[in-house]
Amino acid sequence: MSLLANGFTIVAVLAGLVFFVAGTAGLLRFPDTSSRLHALTKADHLGLGLIVLGLLPQVGGVGEAARLLAIWALVMLSSAAVGPMIARLTRGQEGAE
Amino acid sequence: MIADLLLAAAIAAVATGSVLARRAFTAVALFIAYGLLLSLAWVRLAAPDVAMTEAAIGAGLSGVLLLGAVRRLGPHADAPANLPPGLLLTALIGIGCAGVAAALGAAILWLPEPAPTLAPQVAAALPTTGLGNAVTGVLMSFRGLDTLLEAAVVVLAVIAVWSLAPDGGWGSAPGARQPVVGRGPLSLLARMLPPIGIVVAAHILWVGADAPGGKFQAAAILAAMWLLPWLAGLATPPRIAAPWLRMAVVAGPVLFIVVGLAGAAVEGAFLAYPPGWAKPLIKSIEVVLTASIAVALALLVMGPPEPDAPR
Repeated sequence: MSLLANGFTIVAVLAGLVFFVAGTAGLLRFPDTSSRLHALTKADHLGLGLIVLGLLPQVGGVGEAARLLAIWALVMLSSAAVGPMIARLTRGQEGAE
Repeated sequence: MIADLLLAAAIAAVATGSVLARRAFTAVALFIAYGLLLSLAWVRLAAPDVAMTEAAIGAGLSGVLLLGAVRRLGPHADAPANLPPGLLLTALIGIGCAGVAAALGAAILWLPEPAPTLAPQVAAALPTTGLGNAVTGVLMSFRGLDTLLEAAVVVLAVIAVWSLAPDGGWGSAPGARQPVVGRGPLSLLARMLPPIGIVVAAHILWVGADAPGGKFQAAAILAAMWLLPWLAGLATPPRIAAPWLRMAVVAGPVLFIVVGLAGAAVEGAFLAYPPGWAKPLIKSIEVVLTASIAVALALLVMGPPEPDAPR
């Protein structure tokens, strides 16, 4: 059973890391702000989500699991709010130029 | 080991980038990243209390203050494209940098082995405070005077910022009036996050007795939960002439001093806690101090009071 849990952890965390690597590559390589934000939010939402899911079998109790999930939810909330704000700001600047 | 080396290299790279950046905004953005990486380093050094403070105060609050300064300074904040220094100046700069590097290297090589530490004495004396977190024990009991002075410094900083008030601004509300953002992501965040953040701050303050956490971290979160609705135009800050606001800023340090004087009267030493009363007294001081520091930090970010807009 612990073998299964450990295997799940490894697979999920690695998958999460793939999203982070892809998001970082996108942040560095994409041409404009909107595409870069698109890449970044994937890393935030899916990458962190997969890592949190992967770590869930390893935690000691319900409290720790709830805290991990709360961190994921808070990061999603803040990046979902910050993404559109940056996008609006840059759209305003690009419109002014 | 490899992860630690990568982390150290990243910290050095971000710090260098922050110093070399020509634009002030870039420098501040890199400084915030530097603070966050530094807090990871503190986690790796098994110092979670320092890590939380670094993330909350070093990266978060200082970052917001610096961003505010960049916005106020406008184009003057960016480094001027000045001419390269002359030969003599270059040589002097090189000698100075080499001297600092040599002194730092010598200091690290001549560190005493084993490093001097008071940790065993702290661990032995911690049960007398009733606390489980040695860091809180040091901050609130063994070195309580340092913490009292830190709290007083925050009050002084608020007075210093307020004294920058322009003519006609004294007594009015701090900071520029923020435009009301009725809809959109900022407004959503300003409505949704404060209830969660206040609970998290109370949790961090309360577990600080026995686990990593404490008043400065909690105060930084509380301040952010006030600043968010202020930025969204949903919360109007009170006028700095309001007596309750001034009371709120000084209440924590004043309670700390009163308890300290009571200790001097009862136990014969300033800031000495009577046996058995240490933990309740410490938690009471921390609760009031957290509120005071939170109000003070938020006021620091809001800035000096501005003259009321003519109606």
